[in-house]
Amino acid sequence: MRQVIHIFNKEFKAYFVSPIAYIVISVFLLVTGWFFFMAFFLYNQASLRSFFTLLPIIFSFVIPAITMRLISEELNIGSYEILLSMPVTFTDVVLGKFFASVGFIVAMLIPTLTYPLTVATIGQLDWGPVFGGYIGAVFLGAAFSAIGLFSSALTRNQIIAFIIAVAICFTLTLIDKMLFFLPRSLLGVAAYLGADYHFQNISKGIIDSRDIVYFISTCFIGLYGAHLVLQEKH
Amino acid sequence: MIQVESLTKYYKDLCAVDQINLDIQKGEILGLLGPNGAGKTTTLRMLTGFLKPTSGTVRVKDFTIDRDVLEIKKLLGYLPEEAPLYHDMLVYDYLNYVANIRQIEKERKLSRIRQLADLCGINEVMHQPIGELSKGYKQRVGLAHAMMNDPEILVLDEPTSGLDPNQIVEIRKIIKRIGKQKTIVLSTHILTEAEATCDRIVIINQGKIAADGSTDSLKKSVSRSNLINVVIQDADFKSVENKLASIDSVEKVTKIDQTDNHLHVRLTCQPSADPRADIYRKIKQTEWILLDFHQPTQTLENIFRELTKEN
Repeated sequence: MRQVIHIFNKEFKAYFVSPIAYIVISVFLLVTGWFFFMAFFLYNQASLRSFFTLLPIIFSFVIPAITMRLISEELNIGSYEILLSMPVTFTDVVLGKFFASVGFIVAMLIPTLTYPLTVATIGQLDWGPVFGGYIGAVFLGAAFSAIGLFSSALTRNQIIAFIIAVAICFTLTLIDKMLFFLPRSLLGVAAYLGADYHFQNISKGIIDSRDIVYFISTCFIGLYGAHLVLQEKH
Repeated sequence: MIQVESLTKYYKDLCAVDQINLDIQKGEILGLLGPNGAGKTTTLRMLTGFLKPTSGTVRVKDFTIDRDVLEIKKLLGYLPEEAPLYHDMLVYDYLNYVANIRQIEKERKLSRIRQLADLCGINEVMHQPIGELSKGYKQRVGLAHAMMNDPEILVLDEPTSGLDPNQIVEIRKIIKRIGKQKTIVLSTHILTEAEATCDRIVIINQGKIAADGSTDSLKKSVSRSNLINVVIQDADFKSVENKLASIDSVEKVTKIDQTDNHLHVRLTCQPSADPRADIYRKIKQTEWILLDFHQPTQTLENIFRELTKEN
């Protein structure tokens, strides 16, 4: 466990010593801020609904950009060999990097707290859905991070890792909107697979164990996949 | 200290390392020599637990690699080829991170990093990003990384490749200094380096051990033929051949080179005989002028070429 903390520390710091963190956070804030406030005054409602509606789609592009370098860079420059020559297990490596990415997503979400604060000064904001939304956002971010980590372990090319992760995250986000293409028998399953469907449930302020289980199991599958890929490379 | 038993590694159908057996003693500096692609790096990677062997096993002290790989990693320091370090970290941050992972206590950490910085001569670059360092400094940082937990065994993969001559001498000095207390396994394809730093040399070719022993014993084992080189002025090959081949213990006279009127011949002699006195007397009877008369000593270079050439 201590090794996980050391790897987390190193990876989390690594985000902020390179320009990646600042670029990703700025782009994220710019895009969410723009889309949120563009429609906000038209709706004339004191809620963060439109922000949370957009979040899964934005996340499915931003999070792969955060996670793409985590393992593929190590594979590419070969530092992976040095890392594994030290007394760490694959689980330590995967978990440390995963938590670093989740930590970064939390750091990225913190500035967006100004949106509900701004809205609360203008109108009557219902804080329940906002809390739910942020909890959901962390879960969603964790699930997408696990997927990103998995695709980063697949290849030493960061761009390929990014594209694979975007493809998976984007599919999970949109699958429940594509249901009319699917045969009726698959509808229930496909709807359940949709990350957006579960996220929207939480962001309404309803914290249901089914949604939590969905996100935790997505994390688990992603991380376990990354673990298996690393073991296979070994 | 380290026992390697019938270690084998296949990459798909390609056999990189084939049934290698080694017994490395405590305090030995072992040089792994071989041409490119002989399986040196693969062997070292299996020693350090980075690659899983297809079959065979490695035992370090009482630990076996497939069961106690974490314990073995605690005893080992490893510097891979080219020292692949995180480019955007500062040297100090990196060593600090390594110290954390190696679980060095907080109080000892700083003094240990200082000590290593002195030993490896990286004091002046401690606050530079690793990516901006020259190759020699990177190698030294890698060496500091490998020695962080004062490991009993150091595994170095081509520690001096790509360095300038001064740096090579420096690194060799460091290796020699550490080697007094530690067991070191290093790979190289520079023969003089192996000769200068190692107590024992193992030559690997096409995944198999071709020779194993101290430099001296290797030299003895390969010098099976007894050669003498002679350079003579004012002589033609025919008459030299006639004259010298008449000595009993000279088996063959071959012309190597003829420039101006310098004739360079090689005499192949019977292994145990020493016909030098006879040769000298024969030449003295003639009008020829003897310019050079020597027995080529077997260098590691020759042994290496002998053992690793195709077929």
